[in-house]
Amino acid sequence: MARYFARRILSSLLLLVSVSILSFVLLEFAPGDFYETLRLNPRVSEATVNALRSQHGVNSSLPVRYFRWVHSVSKGEWGYSLAYDSPAAPILWTRAKNTLLLTGTAMILAWIIAIPFGTWGAARRGKAPDWFVRGTTSILLAIPDLVLALLLVLCAVRSGYFPAGGMVSFDFSEMSLWAKFRDLFRHLFLPCLCLAASSFPVLLSHTRTAVLEVLESPFITAARGYGIPVRRLLFRHALPAAANPLISLFGVSIGVLLSSSVLIEVIFGWPGLGQLLLEAILQRDFFLVIDSAMLATAFLVSGNLIADVLLYACDPRVRAN
Amino acid sequence: MFLRATPRIVLPALVGLHLVVLLAGFFAPYDFASQNRMLPFAPPTRIHIIDSQGKLHARPFIYQWKATAEGVPQYKEDHSAVFPIRFFVSVPRYEIVGIVGFRWRLFGVETPARIFLLGSDAYGRDQLSRLLYGGQISLFAGPLATVISLSLGILLGATAGYYGSWIDEVLMRFAEVFLALPWLYLLFAVRAFLPMHAGPNQIFILLIVVIGVIGWARPARLIRGIALSAREREYVLAAKSFGASDAYILRRHILPQVSGVALTQAALLIPRYVLAEVTLSFLGLGVAEPAPSWGNMLAALQHYEIIGSYWWMSLPALALIPVFLAYYSLLAYYTVQDSSISEAIWKHREGFRPI
Repeated sequence: MARYFARRILSSLLLLVSVSILSFVLLEFAPGDFYETLRLNPRVSEATVNALRSQHGVNSSLPVRYFRWVHSVSKGEWGYSLAYDSPAAPILWTRAKNTLLLTGTAMILAWIIAIPFGTWGAARRGKAPDWFVRGTTSILLAIPDLVLALLLVLCAVRSGYFPAGGMVSFDFSEMSLWAKFRDLFRHLFLPCLCLAASSFPVLLSHTRTAVLEVLESPFITAARGYGIPVRRLLFRHALPAAANPLISLFGVSIGVLLSSSVLIEVIFGWPGLGQLLLEAILQRDFFLVIDSAMLATAFLVSGNLIADVLLYACDPRVRAN
Repeated sequence: MFLRATPRIVLPALVGLHLVVLLAGFFAPYDFASQNRMLPFAPPTRIHIIDSQGKLHARPFIYQWKATAEGVPQYKEDHSAVFPIRFFVSVPRYEIVGIVGFRWRLFGVETPARIFLLGSDAYGRDQLSRLLYGGQISLFAGPLATVISLSLGILLGATAGYYGSWIDEVLMRFAEVFLALPWLYLLFAVRAFLPMHAGPNQIFILLIVVIGVIGWARPARLIRGIALSAREREYVLAAKSFGASDAYILRRHILPQVSGVALTQAALLIPRYVLAEVTLSFLGLGVAEPAPSWGNMLAALQHYEIIGSYWWMSLPALALIPVFLAYYSLLAYYTVQDSSISEAIWKHREGFRPI
């Protein structure tokens, strides 16, 4: 087992390294850099810009820049953000924490709703609950998250209860603990709802299909013959047996959530990685672009790793192999 | 439910929509860039047949919007003159998709009145015209990028699956890198390394290529799987023993099996890619003003007062929903005819058998 996971971790690391190399190669083709906008200012001379460029090593060759970056990663600095004029790591960590808060909450919310409803739909196949589940899936699937987010912003603007943007109110630091919590909750609610709703339909229908498949197997018929109550049958017998594809989906769903969170962070003004990425792109602050893409990849890869560990822990069939 | 509609209904509707959008010059009453600085955020024009004196008109007509307050976009109808709606009005020559010259528009009213069936934006530009012209970019980005993704996917996937060994290994490792990155992050990062400012046509082509190329990995993996299993079949071995060339086997025996997967992938990818273009333009990384795309039209909604006060500004967002429904119902049909869409995807993944 240890060997299996060591191999998985090693291949994940290799993947991250290849992603970083790929992004540096892409960077080589990028036209323009951060200092180009600086040059638009007539008071900044050509010489100053060139001096700045060589100071930050923008002009050096690809391998040199790459190894410089690797060196700064090993120091825990993650390159240098030209726009913020500081090492990238502190900026990244705050943003990453915010993104994790948003996507983590959304993921828990989506799964908590999806599992009972999906099971319920599967148990009452072809009946009203099933139609309800499938109808919700279809409708939510057809509404792009951009549209959903705009709709929720509209609600926020119209109702006035939910703030339409940001993560905390301006007087957050002076609030009591309980007020802080409530303030954060109110800011978190809409973007979280939006994210959850965008990943919810896929989780719901996968749960339904997985449970449905298990319910057709003979051991369920046998258990029913023993007179085990339906609820116990569903949640103690059917659901664990159906867990395998769902746990794999859990790993994948992290990537999906991260992707849709980029847009939602921007729309709701949530100061996360996605927003940072967009700012960095517009300012051509390339280290931040590479770092945030790397971090997002790292999240996704570690999500898949966690899914593997969970699978190993939960499914005896996997352990046997 | 909604997704049970068959291609018989959905396909003509989609083709019709794309045609209308392609002929935007004819169906739109104005050019996408023609501004009316005196009419910012004018609400949709009302069409009347009974005028303010209670007289019935045979030809539908409109009243002009008149600003009621200085500096604030508030309007009421000016009842002093009626402007009948004319059909097939002749206008100065314009070009349809830059090829065919044309002198007619479907409908319009005489100046100084303006007909804004879907209201106007901050510069007093007609939203309907911009929606139609914007569709040329937003709706076509999807299919065109999908063509790129699928051709790359088929080419590389079939090569990897058919030849196997180190080619397969290299290509699939490479695909894994693409699959490992969260999709939108990858798209943004690659977009970041490309020029930001260029003409609308260049940006459009750039977007299609970026979106299409980034999505090559998933179809390639699926198609590799098919090629891999097809390679071992008896008829392929038989063809080989008759001395058939690799190109012949790929064309005659392997590619025909790919069409099913290619179709479903297309129905899956097109709406996703449409949304990708819309998202990029929405965030200012795509097509820039004054050329319209549904994305940059929606960008105005990032100002809270606009989203709260002028509902017609969010119409491009609502226009996306039927497009999505249409493509997803096609997907559902192509995979399993009698089930909802995500179930269809699931079943497809599990139950695909090469014939």
